[in-house]
Amino acid sequence: MFEKIISFVSIWAIPVLLFIVPLLALKKKVKVYESFIDGAKGGFDVAVKIIPYLVAILVAIGMFRASGAMELFVTFISPLTDFVGMPAEALPAALMRPLSGSGTLGIATELMTEHGPDSFIGRLVSTFFGSTETTFYVIAVYFGCVGIKKTRHAVPAGLIGDFAGLMAALFICKIVFGS
Amino acid sequence: MLNYIWIGLVVIALIVGAINGRIEDVTQAAFQYANTSVEIAIGLIGIMALWLGIMNVAQEAGLVSMLARAIKPVSKRLFPEIPPEHPAMGAMILNIAANWLGLSNAATPFGLKAMEELQKLNETKDTATNAMATFLALNTGSITLIPATIIGVRVTLDSQNPAEIIGTTIFASTFACIFAVTATKILQRLPMFKVKDEEIIVADNTSQPENREDK
Repeated sequence: MFEKIISFVSIWAIPVLLFIVPLLALKKKVKVYESFIDGAKGGFDVAVKIIPYLVAILVAIGMFRASGAMELFVTFISPLTDFVGMPAEALPAALMRPLSGSGTLGIATELMTEHGPDSFIGRLVSTFFGSTETTFYVIAVYFGCVGIKKTRHAVPAGLIGDFAGLMAALFICKIVFGS
Repeated sequence: MLNYIWIGLVVIALIVGAINGRIEDVTQAAFQYANTSVEIAIGLIGIMALWLGIMNVAQEAGLVSMLARAIKPVSKRLFPEIPPEHPAMGAMILNIAANWLGLSNAATPFGLKAMEELQKLNETKDTATNAMATFLALNTGSITLIPATIIGVRVTLDSQNPAEIIGTTIFASTFACIFAVTATKILQRLPMFKVKDEEIIVADNTSQPENREDK
């Protein structure tokens, strides 16, 4: 039921918005077309402005992934994850989550192909994927578009959130799906 | 912070890549991802223009400030520095709503618009404000109501119940969101994350030069 409501809202949100906003604006005597053009002009600038920041962060993450450093990292901290009861196979997906969305999706798909989507590992990595966003991508793009270089506590706070999300995912999957 | 993480990623990649004999892959990845970045940015232009256009219409019609007024009780606590009816607030609400509904095409344009508005209120232009960090936390730790992408993957892999992870995802992402936002509120008070006084002075043209002597 809940699932149906949410997917109904997410399908209709945009068409309704595109319908209602111009109509209400017209009622308020806004010159809708001119106003739209005025706003839309900014699109190009914003997209171009984030390029250097995107290149910097994605190149570093891409190099890191290609070097095989992730596998090394996994061996280092696997004793820790054994301690909290996380299956070793799921660890790369957890570590990849803040770095790369497509990377995590790749790992998750691979694991689900191997263990089956309805295995505990399959359900766990599925939950990992939705539990947080790609923190470094968001930080690079959002701060990049306004030229912020000193990010202060944004990165540690984001990573604390990621960690909390991963731990919560493990906890709730153990309760709901058992292992 | 980003500085050290960036250098760390690159240096580790080069050392480990050399040891693993994958240095060519590392070089290749650098070029490939540089390309991918531009593709992502270029791909944003159209969607960006569309949403910024709609957003401008909504703003001129007074809809954005109406929305901001509606959630004033919550926004006052989360963003005490931002005037409740500032355009930044409206853009932030639209971004968060789009994120929760999984409308990532709309979320990024609204989010970038919100950052531009927040930057107008920023006294130290190269340094993040508390409001920006809190807003980022709401994004990186965004609540996910429908994890559409992963459900799609589960469907292709013949899951018996592809959507069964919706509940666990909502739980985990809500947890992440609460922790990320709480973390910004605590960390912003720590001395190491304070906006340094001299940065405000340098940014402020009217200040006297002797103020800078004592640092």
